[in-house]
Amino acid sequence: MRLLTHNMLSSNIKGVTNGFPLGIVVEKVIEKPVEMNPDFLKNMFAKIEWKALVDASRSMGYAELPDQVDSSMLDSVEFLQRFHHALLELHLEEGALVCPETGRKFPVNKGIPNMLLHEDEV
Amino acid sequence: MASRPEVQAPPEIFYNDVEARKYTSSSRIIEIQAKLSERALELLALPDDGVPRLLLDIGCGSGLSGETLSENGHTWIGLDISPSMLDIALEREAEGDLLLSDMGQGLGLRPGVIDGAISISAVQWLCNADKSSHEPRLRLKAFFGSLYKCLARGARAVFQVYPESIAQRELILGSAMRAGFAGGVVVDFPHSSKSRKEYLVLTCGPPSVSTAVPKGKGEDGESSSEDSSGDEDNQTVSISDRHRPKKKQKLNRRGKGREWVMRKKDQMRRKGNVVPPDTKYTARKRKARF
Ligand SMILES: C[S@@+](CC[C@H](N)C(=O)[O-])C[C@H]1O[C@@H](n2cnc3c(N)ncnc32)[C@H](O)[C@@H]1O
Repeated sequence: MRLLTHNMLSSNIKGVTNGFPLGIVVEKVIEKPVEMNPDFLKNMFAKIEWKALVDASRSMGYAELPDQVDSSMLDSVEFLQRFHHALLELHLEEGALVCPETGRKFPVNKGIPNMLLHEDEV
Repeated sequence: MASRPEVQAPPEIFYNDVEARKYTSSSRIIEIQAKLSERALELLALPDDGVPRLLLDIGCGSGLSGETLSENGHTWIGLDISPSMLDIALEREAEGDLLLSDMGQGLGLRPGVIDGAISISAVQWLCNADKSSHEPRLRLKAFFGSLYKCLARGARAVFQVYPESIAQRELILGSAMRAGFAGGVVVDFPHSSKSRKEYLVLTCGPPSVSTAVPKGKGEDGESSSEDSSGDEDNQTVSISDRHRPKKKQKLNRRGKGREWVMRKKDQMRRKGNVVPPDTKYTARKRKARF
């Protein structure tokens, strides 16, 4: 699971009012190089919750994203490369996602988060 | 013909390791799913600006439908309830992120972030009550309600479905409308029993020109290629002018190729990073669009 997906996911356990962002328990991170597409990054930038991305990338061991951003930074290739790397090249391979309100863990195995809810959570 | 898979067992049981592999090894199925996905992507009518979008593949299975999205340059998140299908998707190195998730429990995604959704041959599964706690109406409501929320305003969701009956189609469509979607059913090749395909084309947001339901292929009695005398040029679709599907939406993937990927992977390995092993699927060439 890439941090792009982490940035979109939110806990939908019954009764939870703010399920975003999910905490990350890291057991194994892998990196998969992919080609950078500046248009995609610019399209995504407006949708990304920046602080959640910065925190998530740090918990995955990548500390190169700036805390503060504005859209003018999208003109900088260096910024785009860091954004790209954090968003699309870091994968949580093993670990868990954690509901911020209930602490319920969603296990991540082979890169796939198990988001299935128990019957009493629906 | 065997009875419909949906009535045989719940999806996560029906699509076990054996069935998942059988499904994904059939060149006929691969071809059919690719065609259905192509058509669904066309009906999504994404802006023709070459910008890759963030899409959802609902009931993504082993990644056959997602592959079409990747081939067209888009980034996707796929969700499926069958671990065996997702395992095969991993094996095939699906480019989208995968989630083990039951659409009937609702999608846990932030509001307004998704540019479009496709779902190929999956939603009819929601019409069954596989557990005593399952109430199809409630599961359809949870699904469409959560889908409506996570889509960007004006975004579309296209579902290719095999409804069992008219009542089932009405049930699905009605749930979608109550969730706030506008749209309807597009039927391709309605006069052919073999080629007939149904798509629910839904738009998120208040009705407008862009929510008008496009025409199906072969509505005027034109034949499909499966009926053998197909004439590709006849298969026009009319959608409102603002969203006319552009002939070739294919993005220019100036792929850097296997060599580049291998070099990057080596670089990362030298840096001590964990990188997936190289396989025959690594940076493989994607087949061209039809
Ligand atoms: C016929 S397969 C299609 C897979 C893929 N879309 C394709 O085109 O090859 C239907 C898929 O829907 C999935 N499915 C059925 N019910 C589901 C549910 N409630 N939530 C998520 N996925 C579901 C099944 O596990 C199966 O992988």
